[in-house]
Amino acid sequence: MRAALFVTCVNDAVYPSTGIATVRLLERLGVEVDFPEAQSCCGQPQFNTGYRRETEPLVRRTTRAFEGYEYVVTPSGSCAAMVRRHYPEIGDAAAASLASRTYELTEFLVDVVGVTDVGAYFPHVVTYHPSCHGLRMLGLGERPRKLLEAVKGLELRELPGAEECCGFGGTFAVKNSDVSAAMGQDKVRSAVSTGAGVLCGADNSCLMHLGGILSREDAPMRALHLAEILASTEEEPWS
Amino acid sequence: MSGTYLGMPAFPVAAKAALGNETLRGNLRHATHTIRDKREKAVAELDDWALLREAGKQIKDHTLRHLDRYLVQLEESVTAAGGVVHWARDAAEANRIVAELVKATGESEVVKVKSMATQEIGLNEALEAEGISAYETDLAELIVQLGDDLPSHILVPAIHRNRGEIRDIFREQMGAWGRAAPEGLSDTPADLAEAARLHLREKFLRAKVGVSGANFMVAETGTLVVVESEGNGRMCLTLPETLISVVGIEKIVPSWQDLEVFLQTLPRSSTAERMNPYTSMWTGTTDGDGPRAFHLVLLDNGRTDTLADEVGRQALRCIRCSACLNVCPVYERAGGHAYGSVYPGPIGAILSPQLRGIGSEVDASLPYASSLCGACYDVCPVAIDIPEVLVHLRERIADRGGKGHRLEKAAIKASGWVFDHPKVLAAGERVASRTRKLHPSRVPGAGAWTDSRDLPELPPEPFRDWWKKNRAEKNSAGNNSAESNSAESNSSAKNRGEGSAT
Ligand code: SF4
Repeated sequence: MRAALFVTCVNDAVYPSTGIATVRLLERLGVEVDFPEAQSCCGQPQFNTGYRRETEPLVRRTTRAFEGYEYVVTPSGSCAAMVRRHYPEIGDAAAASLASRTYELTEFLVDVVGVTDVGAYFPHVVTYHPSCHGLRMLGLGERPRKLLEAVKGLELRELPGAEECCGFGGTFAVKNSDVSAAMGQDKVRSAVSTGAGVLCGADNSCLMHLGGILSREDAPMRALHLAEILASTEEEPWS
Repeated sequence: MSGTYLGMPAFPVAAKAALGNETLRGNLRHATHTIRDKREKAVAELDDWALLREAGKQIKDHTLRHLDRYLVQLEESVTAAGGVVHWARDAAEANRIVAELVKATGESEVVKVKSMATQEIGLNEALEAEGISAYETDLAELIVQLGDDLPSHILVPAIHRNRGEIRDIFREQMGAWGRAAPEGLSDTPADLAEAARLHLREKFLRAKVGVSGANFMVAETGTLVVVESEGNGRMCLTLPETLISVVGIEKIVPSWQDLEVFLQTLPRSSTAERMNPYTSMWTGTTDGDGPRAFHLVLLDNGRTDTLADEVGRQALRCIRCSACLNVCPVYERAGGHAYGSVYPGPIGAILSPQLRGIGSEVDASLPYASSLCGACYDVCPVAIDIPEVLVHLRERIADRGGKGHRLEKAAIKASGWVFDHPKVLAAGERVASRTRKLHPSRVPGAGAWTDSRDLPELPPEPFRDWWKKNRAEKNSAGNNSAESNSAESNSSAKNRGEGSAT
């Protein structure tokens, strides 16, 4: 099986480790991975801030970049949701076709590759925050938790109020920074209360926000993308 | 707080003030979480919830599409049943009509059923200016009125108050408005309710004029419907000689069969009850039973304009259940007052800027008062896609330009150009990565982000460069990829702002 990686602009520039983990993980499962270099940003921040016209060229670019791939995989629920949900409204038939071929990582693993045990090893206590776009717009459901539960050595602790928004919300984090931070602080408090040392998510933008709070508050917990946990094995442990 | 939203600051400023109030945050958190948990259970009891939701949506959409026809039908039915219909283009016109109707009775007091429409037009203040006292009879609305406060929730206007605060308001204010609170009033719910009951009973028995809104108007019979939990509404609707109902034109449903859908979805969504304790219906006038004169004031006040907007019009489906407020994480922290309008929370953020226009600072800030998490859409019993309308309204505001948006637009354009040229993007990423040791995690001037959050540390190289080195030319890169991987992974946790203990 062959798939194109849509790494997303945030992962490309700030969290390459998530992209690398995704590549390693997929290759380990026998998926041949391509990285079309013409890709950049899906346009979600622009679109959600009210700049629909400015989003159109990015929709065209992204659509062109992934032409011809049967599967496009992205380790970001919110970018997957943007393509799935809004590309058909903004772009042409090709954009709509991309929407139907784009998968968030956990969807791809469970629905297309057909695995929940990816052979990972990660001996840490982990709690999982399901980001809103993955949860509500994509309906990822139990997929991420099932994948985590199958990881050897990993103890999964339920996050109280898991389904509540962490307060990132793209430009919301800046335009309403006080409310955003209050939401993030509450989320961090719930996460820390589980006693886990790792706060796992499938969206690095939410993790950037939560990680920024964890760091500011010197909390005994780190934020880590799900792909990095799944990529970790006994032979090649992720730190 | 004094009884008007005029001159409210934009949402972020008002929200910041509310966030500083610990009591308010505690009250709101407790109240919204209790009701949202109950709602979930009440909704789960119905296995046809999804169908009811879809039916509600379709009925409302159909009605809105043919609103002209149904309004004419309603007017005919109400008139035939002995009522009088008045049309009000805006708040001023509606207030004038009501004031004249009250004056014509020779009375200077009215009792009121809790109503969003009369709050929207500021009826109480308008009547006061004409020398007419309007008494709120809904318990929560009474607390707001006595406290010279503003409502902060659609269904529970005094949600931001706790029992101790309510007892103090009753003790201090009831006497000035009528029957005083009993000596030594405690803050137990039973005592507070009894004090309110005694205070209100006096008013019900004296009032000659009642003013109400309505949850629904049935076009085929001209019947108005009010659903409530306390029974005060029924007193106001049946005891006075004259009844004046002010209702938004979107409240119409074609038939009784349509009503059946909403009588199931509204109570479960709002109070988590299977059925409303009191459902009152009145059709014109009836000899020897209830008010002898009935006036219906049909209110537009921005609704026709809202209807003209293909995306935004879905806000007119709203049945004011307030479920979206109770699940909204932004509402929970900011409180209702921060929205600067009688409609707070997610529905307020899309309805107020449409009804009032986006001219004021507070109205232009409302569509941004959301993280677009989508919880509101999930619970809405008429499936209003609130996030979709928020983004749509943001587009309108960004298009108009003005304060802040010109700069933002320029930045978006510039970043758009970069994103459309991946070579330039890659070069920029490389520069940022190479100079990363120069980026402190608390950048002075990056205020909005770094006030409470550290910035992530940038990686040594962007993903595309790793790919080039390790995968693009697979033949040469095959062997050293593992090394490179572990070098990357070691820096991964730090990138998100690692805690000190790790
Ligand atoms: S928008 Fe929907 S959930 Fe919110 S008050 Fe209206 S009907 Fe209820």
